[in-house]
Amino acid sequence: MDPTQDRTEPYPQASPASEDPAALRGYYRQMALIRHFELRAAEMYTRAKIGGYCHLNLGEEATVVGLMAALRPTDYLFTTYRDHGYALARGADPGQVMAELFGRATGLSGGRGGSMHLFDAGLRMLGGYGIVGGQMPPATGAALAIAHRGEPGPDSEAVMCLLGDGTTNIGAFHESLNLAAVWHLPIVYVIVNNHLGMGTPVEAASGEPALYRRGCAYRIPGARVDGNDVIAVRDAAQTALEQARTEHRPRLLEAVSHRLRGHSVVDPARYRSAEETERLREQDPLPAFRARLIEDRILDQEAADRIDEECEQAVTAAVDFADASPPPATETLFDHVYATEVANTHFGLPGDSPTGPGLFADRPGKE
Amino acid sequence: MAAVTYRQALHDTLRAEMLRDENILLIGEEIGVFEGSYKITAGLLDEFGPRRVRDTPICEEGFVGAAVGAAMLGLRPVVEIMTINFSLLAIDQIVNHAAKMHAMFGGQVSVPMVIRTPGGGGQQLAATHSQNLEVFYAHVPGLKVVAPASPADAKGLLTAAIRDDDPVLVLENLALYNTKGEVPDGEHTLPIGTAVVAATGSDVTVVAYSRGTVVALEVARRLEADGVSVEVVDLRSLRPLDRQTVCASVRKTTRAVVLEDDWLSYGIGAEIAATIAEGAFDRLDAPVRRVAAAEVPLPYAKQLETAALPDAAALTRVIYETLDSTGFTARPTTPAGG
Ligand SMILES: Cc1ncc(C[n+]2csc(CCOP(=O)(O)OP(=O)(O)O)c2C)c(N)n1
Ligand SMILES: [Mg+2]
Repeated sequence: MDPTQDRTEPYPQASPASEDPAALRGYYRQMALIRHFELRAAEMYTRAKIGGYCHLNLGEEATVVGLMAALRPTDYLFTTYRDHGYALARGADPGQVMAELFGRATGLSGGRGGSMHLFDAGLRMLGGYGIVGGQMPPATGAALAIAHRGEPGPDSEAVMCLLGDGTTNIGAFHESLNLAAVWHLPIVYVIVNNHLGMGTPVEAASGEPALYRRGCAYRIPGARVDGNDVIAVRDAAQTALEQARTEHRPRLLEAVSHRLRGHSVVDPARYRSAEETERLREQDPLPAFRARLIEDRILDQEAADRIDEECEQAVTAAVDFADASPPPATETLFDHVYATEVANTHFGLPGDSPTGPGLFADRPGKE
Repeated sequence: MAAVTYRQALHDTLRAEMLRDENILLIGEEIGVFEGSYKITAGLLDEFGPRRVRDTPICEEGFVGAAVGAAMLGLRPVVEIMTINFSLLAIDQIVNHAAKMHAMFGGQVSVPMVIRTPGGGGQQLAATHSQNLEVFYAHVPGLKVVAPASPADAKGLLTAAIRDDDPVLVLENLALYNTKGEVPDGEHTLPIGTAVVAATGSDVTVVAYSRGTVVALEVARRLEADGVSVEVVDLRSLRPLDRQTVCASVRKTTRAVVLEDDWLSYGIGAEIAATIAEGAFDRLDAPVRRVAAAEVPLPYAKQLETAALPDAAALTRVIYETLDSTGFTARPTTPAGG
């Protein structure tokens, strides 16, 4: 493939008719699970069960599920702070995800990371990242490790690195793409274009608003896909990953969808008009996919309702699990500060003298 | 005098200065259409237009560096960095460029710019979004760093920063934005590089800045009732540091506790303790103590976050430990109703 080629045509609409019905029902189930989970997370935030920042995938469910369907279990995933859906679709337990949002000891990161920093080593989900662009150099480095250890080929592992549209303007984006290009790294950078970075539209922030072309300067082939179409997203991601694996070359993929609500739970999104919000609701990928599956007789109304109910129950169970889980004990405050024990750390609480005994000085294994 | 919030004081100051000086422009992420992540710049885009209130893409190094260049040509940019955590992406432009130019180019150019940015933990924003990195900047000659604790000081110090011909970092604090206080009407500037005795006392000096000053004043009020007289020195300015005021206070009270929101090791408190050792050693009755954040990437979970951050209880405990170590006995207080 000519590395300078940039594909301007959207991928053709995939047809559910030629798909495995069980897989399609599975995608619907995952999308519905994410929808229910996010709605409940918003509710739990208003009930002060969740604190800090909380960014939802509402409206991005087709993108999330399509991308995750394209990944192999052996591939690595780096995401932004808008990460709940990715963890769920990658296979994380909803209870553990909710517990992380609740800041409980049973959470994915033990309650230490919260909503923005979901991490599951077993699932090779190597983190949600709260600093815009912060995930990109480490993701690039993960691809370096893969290239360092193995040859290109159909069995090579690969990295998928997600980023938002707004993130294409930060230095780390450009440095990462360039490194991946000159080092020949097996990585697919996926721009989840939801049209906005907080309140800033893509056109106001990006000199080249056709974001899939932003790799041109590094001769990284780019493609754009309808992020509301789960099958199209999956296929585009699979193609990009395939190329990354067999060639050990980076790819750029742009999935275009909409953020149905504000930037985070607390953002009322006053910079959007009521008409626009209404228009977005009409483009909601979830009811659209549901209707499509029913129309194609892959689901009937009843089966779809049943899936919705089961997802709602799963989310209720997740909330119950999180609620019943204990917060991390204060005694564990200094756990994991260092991976290798070291002399002369000051593990004292505020006001404890660094030259006197700290409160936890007697804990085994801790100085 | 009117009682307004710290947020309002910052907003009003920006507005007043923009009306006064056509060369002032605001630059930052989400400061215009979105009205600022913390709404400091609300309404200013409408009033002054996009030429003077410039929304930027997410590119801290780029827009801070652009402000440096604009300042070199005589504009007076006031940059907002959403939180101090993101200033790390711009630290090269701040430290290697803004701070160096005047001296390195032999005084031929100056960089009259302001960086406004809030620090602070306690909002459950987890490890990367809750830091107090002021010491990174307070360490660097060529920069000035101020840290207002009250709405009045926010006005006085921001005004001074905007009118100053050097790069000034104005450290705001997430926990202070909604705090209220009296703000002088009309002109009000404070001299950068000077501290203030925010409460007078005779038994112990608490040295603090920003949010810490608010906590220290509250503790001072409470201990007063217990017959302990606490003097609070509000640093106001982290660079330059007003060592004179700190040492004069400690020479009087003979005891000192530092309250700081940053981490203990190599923090602001370390500099204060060294200053006191040099300037008041002969009058000290007890070791200088520091109340600082626990040395851990701040956890998200509320219980752990609360345990890790300095608060009034920790300060009170350390004040009493300091007093007790010198055999201090509280003066009897007038009984209630007596
Ligand atoms: C370096 C840095 N600057 C600013 C922020 C504040 N911030 C958080 S999310 C965000 C917008 C990102 O937009 P986009 O990349 O489009 O992702 P989206 O939120 O739409 O998923 C900003 C500016 C940050 N977290 N990190
Ligand atoms: Mg976006």
